[in-house]
Amino acid sequence: MANDTKQGQSLDSGVVPDWKRQQQRKTILLKMGTTALAAFLLAIFLMPMGYAFVTSLKTKQQAADPTAPILPSEAVTIEYEGKEVDLLNVPIDGEVRELAIVKKGRQESEFVDPDNLAAGVIVWEGQWRTLDPVRQGQYNWGNYKEAWDFINFPRLLFWTLLYAFITMIGAVISSAFVAYGFSRFKFPGKPVLFIVLIGTIILPPAVTLIPQYAFFSQINWVGTWLPLIVPLMFGNAYNVFLLRQYFLTIPREMEQAASVDGAGPIRTFIEVILPQAIPALTAVSLFHFFFTWNDFFGPLVFLAGNRDIVPISVGLSFFNGTYASDPNLIMAASFIALIIPLIIFFFSQRVFLSGIVVSGADK
Amino acid sequence: MTFTDAIKESRAGPRTRGKKMSTEEKREARIGLAFISPWLIGFSIFYALPMVASFVFSLMEFNLATPEDARFVGLSNWARMLFDDPNTWQGLLVTTRFALISLPIGLIFAFLIAVLLNSLNLWGRNIFRTLFFAPSLVPFVAGALIWSQVLNSQTGWVNRLIELFGIPAVGIDGIRWLDTPGLIPITYTFIGIWGIGNAILINLAGLQGIPTALHEAAQIDGAGYWRRLRTISIPMVTPVIFYNLVLGAVGLLQYFLPPFVLNGTTGYPEGATNFFMIYFYKQAFGFANMGYGAALAWLLFFYGLVVTIILFGTQKYWVYYAAGD
Repeated sequence: MANDTKQGQSLDSGVVPDWKRQQQRKTILLKMGTTALAAFLLAIFLMPMGYAFVTSLKTKQQAADPTAPILPSEAVTIEYEGKEVDLLNVPIDGEVRELAIVKKGRQESEFVDPDNLAAGVIVWEGQWRTLDPVRQGQYNWGNYKEAWDFINFPRLLFWTLLYAFITMIGAVISSAFVAYGFSRFKFPGKPVLFIVLIGTIILPPAVTLIPQYAFFSQINWVGTWLPLIVPLMFGNAYNVFLLRQYFLTIPREMEQAASVDGAGPIRTFIEVILPQAIPALTAVSLFHFFFTWNDFFGPLVFLAGNRDIVPISVGLSFFNGTYASDPNLIMAASFIALIIPLIIFFFSQRVFLSGIVVSGADK
Repeated sequence: MTFTDAIKESRAGPRTRGKKMSTEEKREARIGLAFISPWLIGFSIFYALPMVASFVFSLMEFNLATPEDARFVGLSNWARMLFDDPNTWQGLLVTTRFALISLPIGLIFAFLIAVLLNSLNLWGRNIFRTLFFAPSLVPFVAGALIWSQVLNSQTGWVNRLIELFGIPAVGIDGIRWLDTPGLIPITYTFIGIWGIGNAILINLAGLQGIPTALHEAAQIDGAGYWRRLRTISIPMVTPVIFYNLVLGAVGLLQYFLPPFVLNGTTGYPEGATNFFMIYFYKQAFGFANMGYGAALAWLLFFYGLVVTIILFGTQKYWVYYAAGD
């Protein structure tokens, strides 16, 4: 770029020199471009959500019709001489009019104008099948009620929440104890035990599943929630790992002060450590909640098809089996199942996005 | 941050073995063991014993429908599984092929999204972060059902979008995502793509952990954005990518939910969804073959172990640890 124009324009603008202004313009363009790219990718990423919602409001016919418009809508009919007749978009004299078809013919058909019935019959030449019906938006909120009732959502929700809350309390408390043991005390074999603990995260559940199943079926626990709840009461490796990382960041001085005051290790843990670890405990509880909400394989196997007590995940898959030909209802049911976790997420997103637990620090 | 770091750290403490423990040390050990006792009990009952039992089961003919007929059969389950049962190998093949296609796509996509979300040129970074993460909390069953509908060849939006680019996709002769065996790995990659939220976050944490001084120094030397991405950002986050790779591989070997929800144990289309875990489920809980199922579970375990060891072995060629260790 020539030097004199640069100076000339910077004189015009007075304060901001032109090169700087150009840089600013470039930055703004870059920002717009980056944001547009992110928005485009996000739109594609979230597109199925939109599809599910739109489909959940359609009728079965529309949901299964490849030529149906994107949004839920229904062909409009009017009553004419005691009969239901369709309203079609008819091109007449260079304009498209919404007319009701009253007599269908191969070469020509007869129409009436619903707003002006007195004008009588209008004859249009051409094949009426090529005409587009007049549609108006129609949202079948009833799909939600039907899906809700059919899968007996309150019952699924009851069992899912029961499972989530009982195991959340049990697993988080027991994991906190174990994590504290690993983070503060020296004992023989600790490094090996810690590696074994981490190893259980990577161990395929299939390896221990069969003897567990055989055992639980011997004591008649299969078909009940006990095989799913009881093992979680003994601490869960992932929770232990995350909580241990967090406990390591808590300074020891406070515990020493408490022990000088004569508090035993359990009291110290409950009164000094736990209150300080509330962010981490919250995060682990939330992770656990989402884990149970999603848990599918465990309930599938151990509840052994006891349909009266299945959680949402398994109930939804049964629903898919019986209603395979009603995509609108399946989408409505899926939407019901995803809305609660998403609401909880939007209220607690800081816990997930700030990485409190992953990085071991509350920042 | 990662498990391996934590393990190293836990080993780093002063060694006490061989030395006689003082009373104070004994007391500390007792308290420590008391705190971890819930896990010790749980581990013994729900991991250690079942693992031993599982191995014993794998040497038995044991059907839960007729437990009184259970008998010891030596290695015949193992022999049948490895030499006489084509389903075993099909399961491993389908699963491995899927992992080889799906894992790189998922890792690259997660990394690219993280780079985008880390860009200073992005307006509303927090909103984008929230919205890219949110789908990973959609229940997996709901996600699988939604994606299977959106990939429907006739009514799904994916094919409609492709048609916007002038490629015929909708309809019987169009792209039949769920019905064409060759497309299954790609289709199920789409179905699982909502699950990458955690990988995005971990990548993002890795990118944010790169010292800004590195980028500044490179910028002064005249390195442009892409050059810095290639020579600084990517090497610096390879540990994070490695972590995602190992967890992703272990997870994908146990791939079960989407194919099971969509096709049960039918393997539709033409066996393309006969993942190993589906076959395991069919044997163990469909036919109640506890002995044969246990052998299959052990095979999956060994296979996963080999894959993990190989992945750890490749570390020295491409994973860059800034601490030099």
